Amino acid sequence: MLSETAVAVLEESKKRGWVLEPDAKRLFADAGFDVPVSERVRSEDEAVAAGERIGWPVVAKVVSPDVIHKSEAGGVAIGIESPGAMREVFARLSNIDGFEGVLVEEMLPGIELIIGGKIDVQFGPVVLAGMGGVGVEIYRDTAIRMAPIEEKKVDSMLDDIVASSILRGYRGSAGVNMEKLRKLIAGFSSLIVEMADLVESVDLNPVLCTEERCVIADARIILKKNDK
Amino acid sequence: MDFRTLFEPKTMAVVGLSLSNERHPANIIYNKNYFRYPVKVFGVNPKGGTYHKEKIYTSISEIPEKIDLAIIAVRSEHVPGVLRECIDSWVGGAVVISGGFAETGRYDLRRQFEEIAAEADFPVIGPNCLGIFSPGKVDSLFLPSERMVRPEPGNVALVSQSGGILVDQMVKFAGQGIGLSRAVSIGNKAAVGELELFKYLARDEKTDVIAFYVEGFGPGEGREFVKAAGRSPKPVIIMKAGKSAAGIRAVSSHTASIAGDYDVFSSVMRQFGIVEAKDEYEMVSFCESLSCYPGGIDGRVGIVTASGGHGAMAVDTCEASGLVVPQFSEEVQERIRGRLSGSVQPIASLGNPIDLTGSARDDDFVIAAGELSRLPDIDCVIMLLLPYIPEVTSDVGARLSQVYQEEGKPIVAYVPHVEKYRMIIEGFQLNNVPVSDSIDGAILMVEAMKRCRPC
Repeated sequence: MLSETAVAVLEESKKRGWVLEPDAKRLFADAGFDVPVSERVRSEDEAVAAGERIGWPVVAKVVSPDVIHKSEAGGVAIGIESPGAMREVFARLSNIDGFEGVLVEEMLPGIELIIGGKIDVQFGPVVLAGMGGVGVEIYRDTAIRMAPIEEKKVDSMLDDIVASSILRGYRGSAGVNMEKLRKLIAGFSSLIVEMADLVESVDLNPVLCTEERCVIADARIILKKNDK
Repeated sequence: MDFRTLFEPKTMAVVGLSLSNERHPANIIYNKNYFRYPVKVFGVNPKGGTYHKEKIYTSISEIPEKIDLAIIAVRSEHVPGVLRECIDSWVGGAVVISGGFAETGRYDLRRQFEEIAAEADFPVIGPNCLGIFSPGKVDSLFLPSERMVRPEPGNVALVSQSGGILVDQMVKFAGQGIGLSRAVSIGNKAAVGELELFKYLARDEKTDVIAFYVEGFGPGEGREFVKAAGRSPKPVIIMKAGKSAAGIRAVSSHTASIAGDYDVFSSVMRQFGIVEAKDEYEMVSFCESLSCYPGGIDGRVGIVTASGGHGAMAVDTCEASGLVVPQFSEEVQERIRGRLSGSVQPIASLGNPIDLTGSARDDDFVIAAGELSRLPDIDCVIMLLLPYIPEVTSDVGARLSQVYQEEGKPIVAYVPHVEKYRMIIEGFQLNNVPVSDSIDGAILMVEAMKRCRPC
């Protein structure tokens, strides 16, 4: 069963056809997933204050109903170290079409993964996981399963990814927290089944994974079109 | 839905028999069953008359016996009426050969068809299909008998959305010595689709392997199919047409863009242990292999050959296919070496692959196969036989099959498929050991056993 928050978020966003990042994050946080500490701000001063509270360096992302792919529109800035840098970034982001504020977030380390879901015509809800970031459609190093999947099936899913050895620790570099990653993928696969009547597809990209945490750093929810 | 009377009918009616056209599908079907199958055939045509000195009935309801199977080959607009008559006359099931439904824009007729069948839970195959071939029982394929290639009766069932592909697969089965239990062309699948037939074939005692050719599943149909087929103790093989990404509209999420229709199809089949064949060659190889070994293996392979080149090629292909070729221990190697014939002993290499060299005799192959079959860390043995080396005899196929019968570990053989080696090939095949005509094909057979497990 979807929570009231989830239903409210999805209903509110219906007209736009997709869910703004701060709302999507609220939905996932409410469902028990790990998201970054963040504040949505509307002015330069608020942005600086948010940076002070969260602790530099921070990330700033544009909030705009016109911008579905933020990086492509120049709407993401990472590694903002100071109030001065924040003011510059804010000025730039505020010129983007449909500007409705900025999301200031803690800057997190980690391997970038994508975890996604879509409602397939023949097979219903499916879940996808693999190497994320902006190059995801170039490398296409991902695996697909019909949702939901159990935690104990996640390892064999990740075995399908070429880069799975990176997740498990490669040549001295630390791997990711597999227990948290298993929980995240299995939990998300159940959530996509619950949302199957309302959504078309979901991208969690990137999900930042370290030895300690697996955090949903960005989330995009495309809603089902009503016209059918 | 019970399909038993369709596959093994005692009585059948052919509706739409022509009095003037001997090449009419209904007449071809009437004739082949009337003359060559143990089924009592009744012709139906509203005009009545006689055919082969037998009475033609003016309707199904007029036939004095209960009909197990009705073949319907009338114009599409008459089909709904004939279906209702079948149901009213307690006919066991039907095959509708006629086209002219959704594929020509007559969605109204298609809807009527669906509604009539659903209301009565009436098992009806089609429309627009070739129907059923059940070896030794019945044949509704409207292809003249003399033109058909019929595989031997066996344990593989074929279900195909395309009649042409079905007949083609039957030709290939016959060529490869694969036995068939049932063949069904399901056409437009208005009432009966893959799922319904899967459920029946999973219980059918004549069938051990179920193979499908699909063009696509309807909305949600794929999900129901894999849920059922994924639990099947009988191996399920599937070949799909329409893999290209054409027709995928612009999408706004990465996930929707990466997880295209075919990517999802292929991944989900693997997830549920349904073995996807990428082409007809794989389809035939998988059917042959799984009809002998429906069990499933981890994929640790021992290879025996008489040529270093064959061994090296096989190892490459195994590794590319995710199969493991483990090195044998010194102890195992010495034990095998001690039993080989004198001329082979000093020159054979035994690491895996085992290369018995061109001096190998039948006994050497049998010893190597037996030793590998008893190793616990090997779950399948590939025999690359070179029948042209001087000491190999035509008994080698039957003798190696004996090793399988005794040890119970799957053996797959490669033998060039030319007429002069036929006795070796049959020595394997008649004893339930699959034989491929290429090294790659033999490895595909092993791969099939590995892939029929869910992941």
